[in-house]
Parts: sequence; C-alpha cells; structure tokens
Amino acid sequence: MRMSPKPIQSFRDDFTYSNSPGAIARFPFPFPEDEYMYSVNIEPHVTPGPEGSVYEHLLDIDEHYLSEMHERDLVLKENPKRCLAMPHMDLACWDMIDRVMTCFAADYPEHFSLEREGDHWTWENKLLNIKDSFTFGDSSTLPMPPMEYIGRQVQGDFALLDQRDGDLFLDAGIVTCPADWSLAFDAGMSFKEWHGPVPLAHGMGVFDRALKYLCAISQGRPVRRLNWTLTINARMDTSPETYPQWGTDRASVTPDNVGEKVHLRVELQVLDRMSRSNALMFSIRTYLISMNDLVTNPEWAKRMHRVMKSLPPELIEYKGLTRYHPMLVEWLSRFDPAN
Amino acid sequence: MSIDKIRVQVTGIEQVAPLIREFQLKAVDAELMPFSPGSHVVVEMPDTPRPHRNAYSLLSDPRDGGCYRIAVRLQEHSRGGSRYMHEQVKVGDELWITPPANLFSPLWQASKHILIAGGVGITPFMSYLPELEREGAHYELHYLYRGKQTGAYREQLQQSLGERCFLYDADAGARCDLRELLSDQPRGSHAYICGPQSLIAGVQEVAAELGWPASYIHFEAFAAPQPGNPFEVELSRSGRTLKVAADTSLLEALEEADVPVTSLCRGGVCGQCLTPVVSGDIEHRDEFLTAAEREKGNCMMPCVSRAAGKRLVLDL
Repeated sequence: MRMSPKPIQSFRDDFTYSNSPGAIARFPFPFPEDEYMYSVNIEPHVTPGPEGSVYEHLLDIDEHYLSEMHERDLVLKENPKRCLAMPHMDLACWDMIDRVMTCFAADYPEHFSLEREGDHWTWENKLLNIKDSFTFGDSSTLPMPPMEYIGRQVQGDFALLDQRDGDLFLDAGIVTCPADWSLAFDAGMSFKEWHGPVPLAHGMGVFDRALKYLCAISQGRPVRRLNWTLTINARMDTSPETYPQWGTDRASVTPDNVGEKVHLRVELQVLDRMSRSNALMFSIRTYLISMNDLVTNPEWAKRMHRVMKSLPPELIEYKGLTRYHPMLVEWLSRFDPAN
Repeated sequence: MSIDKIRVQVTGIEQVAPLIREFQLKAVDAELMPFSPGSHVVVEMPDTPRPHRNAYSLLSDPRDGGCYRIAVRLQEHSRGGSRYMHEQVKVGDELWITPPANLFSPLWQASKHILIAGGVGITPFMSYLPELEREGAHYELHYLYRGKQTGAYREQLQQSLGERCFLYDADAGARCDLRELLSDQPRGSHAYICGPQSLIAGVQEVAAELGWPASYIHFEAFAAPQPGNPFEVELSRSGRTLKVAADTSLLEALEEADVPVTSLCRGGVCGQCLTPVVSGDIEHRDEFLTAAEREKGNCMMPCVSRAAGKRLVLDL
C-alpha cells in the first residue's frame, strides 16, 4: 500500500468519507470513450500492475481500509445474513483464506504476515490488531466462520461461485457494500439468474459468452473488469435490505449540491480461480468519488459529461438515475468545452 | 499473483503399463499449488523444429503440493508429443507446465459417482479417488483397458477400492455391459467418462435410452488435434501469410510465428483461443461453438479446427 490507512471515516449519517489527492489520482475512472457502450470488457488481471495503481496487486487496499472494515462491522451487526456460506463451500472459503492471506503478506508486508508450518498457520493483521493461530482447513480453530473471518479483514464484497456443469452458482459470500443487490436474495442462483435484471445485454449473447469464458479461467490467471453506477452521498451500503434508509437520498439532489452529493461508484471486479475447490472467487472492490473531486481532473470531467449525456434511457432507469440525471448532465456541461 | 508458466523438473519416470509412462514433476523455483480433482496441465516440450504442447490430467492427490504426477500413453499416430515424452525425457530434465485448470470436476451433490475410464482415461479419476474417500462419497469405478497396452494402476486400484472397482481387460476377453452398468443405479447418480470418443458416445446412447438426464453425464475426451490437409493462412492486420502443415494445428502455426493467441485446453473445449475469421471456409472440429455460431463462419477455434479449403484469412 503506497498510502497509509486514514483514521475511521463514516459512510452513513454524517458522511465524513473523503478522498485524499493521492486517492483521487489513482481512482479507476471507467470510461475509455466519450460514448457509453455496453461490453463484456473483461481483461487479464496481470499482476504486478502499474506501481501504486489499483491494479498493482491481486487485491487492492488503500487509505479507506479502516473505515471500510468499521462499516462492514456495523452492517454485519445490523444484519448477520449479509454473510453466508452453504455447507459445501467450506473448502472454497479456506481457499479464499489462503489466497487473501498469502497475497496480503506478500504485497503489504508492513501490515500483514503469515507463517505456515504444514497445516499450522499463524496470521497477523497489524492494522486491525489481529493475531491468530489455526489449523488450515479446520473451521473449528477459527474464532468465527471462515467467510466472515477473512471477509472482515479485506476491503470490498466477496462472492464464491461454485462451478457445476458449465454454470456458476452464488453459494457463499460477504456482501456489505453492494450496488443495489442482495446476497440473501441471489444465494444459490445460477449465473444467468442473478444477471436476469440487466437490460440490453441478453439479446447480445453477452452472458453466454461471458459464462463460457469465466468457466475456463484457470489458476494463476485472474481476470478483471470495471463496473459503475452513481450513488447519492458516500454511502457504501446501498443494498435492497437497507433501501428505506437510502432510497429517498435521490430526492435530495439539487442544482446547488450535485458536486458534493452525486458520487461515481466504480467496482473493480476480479475473478480468480481457487485451487482446491475449483470455485471462482469474485471480488467486488468499490471506489467512491464525489463529482467535485472528479472534476478536478479536466479530462475526466469532460468525458463524464459526454458519457452521461449519451446514456441510453434503459440504463438510466436500470441504474436508478432517472430522478437527477438531467440535473447532473446540466451541472457537468460547464466542464465540457464543446458546450 | 498471475502465473503464466511453472518450471518443473522430472524427478521420476515409471513404466506403469506397456504403453504408458508416469512422470513425477516438482517445481524448480516455487511450491506447486494444490488443485481440484479432474484438473489438467499443459506440458510444453522443447522439441525441434517446434515445441509440443499437450494437456495431461494430474493423477496425484490434489492436496499434495509436493509433486505432480502425469501419465502419458504413447500414441501410435503421435504428432510428436507423446513420443517425445517417452523417448526424450529423462529424470532431471526440466519442462514448463501451465497452472492447473479444471474442465472435469466432480459434482459433489451427486448421490453416487459412477466413474468410467477407458485406457489412459484412468488418469483424472486418480485425483478424484482421494477426495471421494475424504468426502465419504458413494462411488464405483469401471475401468476398461487392453492389458497388452494400458491398464495402469489396476492392481493398486483393486486393492484399495475392493468391490467398488470393476476391471474389464479386453485383451483377456472381458467386456463391459454398459446397459447393465447404468441400469438400477440409485436416483441422483452421476456418470463420468474419460476415454476414447467411442466409449463416451456408447455411454451417452445407453444412458439416453434408460432415461438418464443428459446433465447427469459428464465426460472428458482425449483432446488432441487431428492432422488434416495443409493450408495457408493470411493475417489481415499484419498482412503476413503462414503455412500450416498437415500435422500441425493452426494454433501451433500461429504460436510458431509469434502471433499471440490465448489458449488453455488445446482440445476445442474451453473456448479461450476463439479467433475471428475474415474469409475462407472452416472445418470446425471443436466442441465449443454452437451450430448457429459455426454457420456464421466468422470465428473458429484454431487449436483443433482447420481450413476446409486451401486458404483462410484471420482477423489477426
């Protein structure tokens, strides 16, 4: 981590979350062209990526680590069902523990360490003051179930997909900062079932192609893609379960507060094959940036305007932007010299 | 954590059947990773004039990261790979392998697992068995072979599996009655076949007659490109033209010319090497593309498929 973790900031109530200039500079801006186009946009996640970028390591941690782990704790206390693992996913959860701990210890040695003697492992997370010894593969030797144990130490949502008969099933995960989807609702669903609501893409054969591609991902060759939406306020937990708390936020946008209220929400999604279980680990790392911070980069400001202006109506509706989309386009237009 | 290739050293070679050799591989620079039952690796052999790349199932215990084991049957019509492994590779030699990938894993929800191996097709099941045992799963193994050629590991299998092991040595006149095998299996049984295409087709046919759902039958064919007629291929972006010899696959010809194409199974199954075609008739030999996709004629799997005529133009 090139950036040290900041003290805890909030993603709710008073929303004290903020990005440092360094965090803005490394923000994964997701639009390569002026016009928004739907595509599968999957590429190999070759690590190490560019130094200091969000692509440098398999799993990126940054200055928001403590804040996000605190937020996860609040969500899990409110609703423990935001973390689940079906019994047949136990081995996959241990694969995930192996992958996260091995990568963190190698990529961020100042914060994490792992000692292995056969199945006897000792893990230290200095950021959260955790030091535990356990028997690898024996869930009774951990202080909590394996998915929750590791999920509480890593930024971003995680799902473990069981691969059966050429399809993927969402059979385990920890999901506390989703862009309006629910782990409890999608649990056990197949790939096409949980993508059911996505507009436009079905007719294009995008999902058939993507599914075949994902099923063939081999060990050591993870892939990634970016996904995006907009969120009002720096709210991490925009889940259906908590909709009553954030649904009305959209009505709070006015021409005067667009810059501080509207956030671009980008997910860096990584798919990585697990060794022992053959499950796919799906990590969804969320980055939030306010429009005020985004327009400090003139290229991003101009492009953001053009992309928002050309967004198809189906996507405006699907992403829940209908209410404030015209206001946002108007606000962004001042940063586009073409206007 | 991206790993392209792993350098391994051959630490042991054993003749395990008249035509089958087992190779033990250990990593040179690092530890080998654990894998899931049914996984394979692609072994790269540094032969001249061109390297061979063949996929082999891992037959060691999946939890054992100390050593990988593969078994290679000497193919009569070898395109060079199996012959190289049998005649050139010695203990102490170094080879490159890909990380394990799995297109043939067991379905743990099955009420019973029926494993049907033909010849060297026993190999993926060798990695199933330790996990099935650990899971306490209900299973049986049917092993068809010719004792004068194949039949590797049959004694140890019979010893450790006892009455769950059924051996059929065609050279001793033993035949497997597939109808009997598949009849009266408990509801929720899944069948797995690894062997020649004729065995797979035979099981599928009988299973369909007996009313098995197709999704309860899983198979892995011996995936190797078959030779065909030589042809020329033009790369529309670079303007280059390559010759593809009769015993070379299009993918191999592209690799030899340093044209990067992603590949994985090298047997027309996984879809990784999908390549756009500009013009020319294609002889599709893969299991990946749908009939509708083939009809369009605008893409192909160069690991196994070839030109139907003398020339192809690829969008590369």
